[in-house]
Amino acid sequence: MVREYTVYGNDFVRAGEVSGKIKTILKGLGYPPEMIRRAAITTYEAEMNMVIHADGGRVRASFSPEEVVLVFADQGPGIADLNLAMQAGWSTASETARQLGFGGGMGLPNIRRYSDALDIDTKVGTGTTLTITIRPGGRNL
Amino acid sequence: MNQEEYVPIYLNISQCVGCTACMQRCPTEAIRIRGGKAAVMRERCVACGECIRVCPHHAMEARVDRLDQVLGKYKYTIALPAQALYGQFPGIKTRSPVLEGLRRMGFDEVFEVATAAEVVSAATHYELAHGSIPHPILTTVCPVVLRLVRIRFPSLLPHLLNYRSPMEMAARWSRQLASRKTGLAPEDIGCVYISPCPAKCASIQDSIGTLKTALNGIVSVAEVAPRLQAVMDGIEDEESFPHSGAAGVGWAISGGQAAAVGESNNVVASGMENLIRILEALEDGKLSSVELVELSACTPGCVGGALTVENPFIAAARLRKMMQGFGPSVPVSDCPVEDMRWEKTPAPSQVLRLDEDLSRAMEKMDRIRALADSLPGMNCGACGAPSCKAFAEDAVTGRGHGARCVFRPDTPEHEVL
Ligand SMILES: Nc1ncnc2c1ncn2[C@@H]1O[C@H](COP(=O)(O)OP(=O)(O)OP(=O)(O)O)[C@@H](O)[C@H]1O
Ligand code: SF4
Ligand SMILES: [Mg+2]
Repeated sequence: MVREYTVYGNDFVRAGEVSGKIKTILKGLGYPPEMIRRAAITTYEAEMNMVIHADGGRVRASFSPEEVVLVFADQGPGIADLNLAMQAGWSTASETARQLGFGGGMGLPNIRRYSDALDIDTKVGTGTTLTITIRPGGRNL
Repeated sequence: MNQEEYVPIYLNISQCVGCTACMQRCPTEAIRIRGGKAAVMRERCVACGECIRVCPHHAMEARVDRLDQVLGKYKYTIALPAQALYGQFPGIKTRSPVLEGLRRMGFDEVFEVATAAEVVSAATHYELAHGSIPHPILTTVCPVVLRLVRIRFPSLLPHLLNYRSPMEMAARWSRQLASRKTGLAPEDIGCVYISPCPAKCASIQDSIGTLKTALNGIVSVAEVAPRLQAVMDGIEDEESFPHSGAAGVGWAISGGQAAAVGESNNVVASGMENLIRILEALEDGKLSSVELVELSACTPGCVGGALTVENPFIAAARLRKMMQGFGPSVPVSDCPVEDMRWEKTPAPSQVLRLDEDLSRAMEKMDRIRALADSLPGMNCGACGAPSCKAFAEDAVTGRGHGARCVFRPDTPEHEVL
């Protein structure tokens, strides 16, 4: 089963709606609670990164009994130094985003921590695509 | 009572005109209109009492006991007044007329739930510092929160504070003390809670962490308040016999529990919509730096319970004022603290799951979406479901009972099944 969504850049009213919809689907399909929690955290962080850093993008979520694959694709600025970006506490968030409580530099590290597989494809000037895989009975919190 | 069949909210059929007011307002979409009457889906009901509040015909009622059913049933009856009761009366400055009035009404003894709340507060303070519950700890005194977490946020179950509520502790504690004092057998002593809300009633019937409740009855603040008012005349309105302090009484107002626990790194929210938003945020990992989350379904806390009579904000103001006149709490000995922890671990509820089998659940979800997309999206409620999406869900899961969309009468539910 596949669902697709649009994330709107710098729109803090809609921010979180896509991860909310994905959570509702996961609950309706009956995935185990521990997996829903990991999916909730990773989708929320990935969605917020598209809102804050990439002027929005598209999300494609595929659900199967074995795994949930979440692809977050944007055409934003890309990430120049991925190793740096993956470090806890490193952030280039704008002043506005920081005032709203973002910019702790914890999003990507948490996505890596809570996902069962993570692939990041990024190119400066072209955009970023995150592919997150979450499996029932995978990594525990 | 058979727990499986237990519905916390009860419909007075003859008064219901099927107007959809309750259905449109229910935060968990637990109500449908069938055959012109409201029907509550037991497994989805969180007992918040919204339907009781909004029904213009007063057809929705909480399952509570009546005073005459509980008074005189036991050799010795203890009243356990919820803190919210004290704020219901315009004419008094202290809680003495309430406590003394309850005796005049026929209770042999009065034991403040607030007193037990102080013990639970102290235990929670200790739990935060030394316990093993992952932070933020989510308070569980509001049963609506408990039910909602089981149904919609099962991944948050480990964060729940697994203590019995002050009302449950008050019953255990006061029964023990009274049995010692009177020499009566514990089963001859009745403990009756005076409740601001239907959720408290539901929580003794299908309690989530407690195997067997120590309460023998629950009556509503709405029934007790006018009867109390009638016997209060002439009672001296001065703080007198041993009472709980402000910490325990403050639990009736949102934020009071966090204050009594003494945790300032907290998030406090009240009202169903806010509560759901906070639970979403918790699930998304947004509140990981917070220690304590205090949620209540009613605004501003239990003083706004659906079974109260006074305006919630007026009651809260009055209670705050009353609390200024309180001395420090008078310690009551021998609280059975070893009996405070739940003996059951709440299991997630599966009511939102469309099918036990994931592949079949996916098929159903696709069919629901296809059907919902073909409906007008007006969410008018005429079909008896709260939204077009809910109508589609009912149709595909076989809950529909043949209801139809008024804009698409060509699509009776059984055809889309
Ligand atoms: N989709 C993206 N497009 C461009 N840059 C990104 C994207 N996602 C992350 N980055 C870069 O990586 C950095 C680290 O991201 P991360 O999510 O870990 O922290 P943050 O978003 O800055 O703060 P937080 O997630 O704690 O609110 C960001 O500050 C930003 O420079
Ligand atoms: S906030 Fe208090 S009165 Fe309202 S439902 Fe919860 S426990 Fe009952
Ligand atoms: Mg981020």
